[in-house]
Amino acid sequence: MTDQPDLRAAVAAGVVGSEDSFRALLAAIVEVARSIFGAKASSILLLDAETEELVFEAVVGEGEDTLLGTRFPVGTGIAGWVLATRTPLVIEDVQNDPRFASDVAEGTGYVPKGLMAAPLLHDEGALGVLSVLDRPEQTLFSLQEMELLGLFANQAAIAVDLLLKAREAERLLGDGGGDLEVVARLATAVGALEDERREAGLRLLRELADTLSA
Amino acid sequence: MQDVTSHGWDAGQAALPAWSLPKDAVDRIALPAHWPEQVTREWALGGSTGEGVRVCILDSGVDPSHPLVGELDSAVVISIGENEEVLATEDTDGDVSGHGTACAGIVRRLAPQARISSVRVLGASFTGSGAVLLAGLRYAIEQGFDVINMSLSTTKKPFASVLHELADNAYFKRTVLVASAHNMPVESYPWRFSSVLSVGSHEESDPLAFFYNPKPPVEFFGRGVNVEVPWLGGRTLNVSGNSFATPHLTSICALILSKHPELTPFQLKSVLYLTANNVGGET
Repeated sequence: MTDQPDLRAAVAAGVVGSEDSFRALLAAIVEVARSIFGAKASSILLLDAETEELVFEAVVGEGEDTLLGTRFPVGTGIAGWVLATRTPLVIEDVQNDPRFASDVAEGTGYVPKGLMAAPLLHDEGALGVLSVLDRPEQTLFSLQEMELLGLFANQAAIAVDLLLKAREAERLLGDGGGDLEVVARLATAVGALEDERREAGLRLLRELADTLSA
Repeated sequence: MQDVTSHGWDAGQAALPAWSLPKDAVDRIALPAHWPEQVTREWALGGSTGEGVRVCILDSGVDPSHPLVGELDSAVVISIGENEEVLATEDTDGDVSGHGTACAGIVRRLAPQARISSVRVLGASFTGSGAVLLAGLRYAIEQGFDVINMSLSTTKKPFASVLHELADNAYFKRTVLVASAHNMPVESYPWRFSSVLSVGSHEESDPLAFFYNPKPPVEFFGRGVNVEVPWLGGRTLNVSGNSFATPHLTSICALILSKHPELTPFQLKSVLYLTANNVGGET
């Protein structure tokens, strides 16, 4: 039998380097969200449960050069409320809210007038918040847009879940040291083989596994 | 002869039968029969200001210094102590996000003489916020509020059974739980429970317009789009979401209960059904 850590390491091999892909997916989601709503900016905030902070994981539009990686405490503010209550909301003219300015716009020089925010929910967990900032001022908000926001948030939640799993897999790989790394490298190498060489490689690995677990 | 004590009813007292209804007790549960032939919006809440009704805003706190909110009956913040005990201490921080103030403002506008209290279950920490929510709801039910506004939900399944129990307790204690429905494809609570009055949004501008949903679990739709509300710093904002539709139904409940304080949550739901815009009409 293969030990669980080795199995995990082998699985991890499949996701090595996938963080970039998932981040690109998150970036694509906020880009589409911004475009569909005709908004000035869109972002995905991720919960860091250890530090109880929200971190900007994807930003497009205003603030995209400065906000990525920026953190703020989750306990207060609008995004924190959305996350804690698992409830989406839409606010317009938020620049009048000093609390909003301090937790999201601080240091960016960009204070939005409007905000749509929905929680990123996956299984039982709230992973983060999808925000769309500054829709066109002349248009009144509609329930149709709320539905659309929910759909985007659902898609983003799946992408974030994959990103978190990829990170966890890489962490396991890193924590495993040389033993796990060699298993991961084997899995990666075999995965890259084709046809007969792949069959031969897999046969060899099965024999090795049988020998080691005998 | 029937053994009524085994059914939880002491025949020697004038108390109402709890689990069964012996023949000679029927008269004792006679209810005031003053419901009109047709229950109208005017009969239900016409002229009501919400006076005497105690409304609890279970949320992020309420800023009483906002002119559109005004004085609160009480304000507490819920926390969990070192020994897992529930602590309800006086809340002097006001509102940590602005949302609770918005909800309170809606209630104040529609039911100006309702007595509003704040029970804050958000803000201290994200971790454990589910436990604080449960503790806050339990506290609010123990306080015997007439209506509890819950513009929030949890997705934690382990909390679902406790929330269900609390929701049923509230229902039987004549506390109406008005809870935001979720418009995302995720299981969340407590709005899904039938002992709760669950609320989604409609787009009409009339704050007293509400609709009965013949396809539950969402039972009613209240005004939830482009609503002007008080927020932090004495400002007003334009907001949308089911969490703002909820205090509209909370206010309507307060107006009805002020005029008809004898109504149980079941009867209140019946009145809401009969007077909903898509059932009995607006007036």
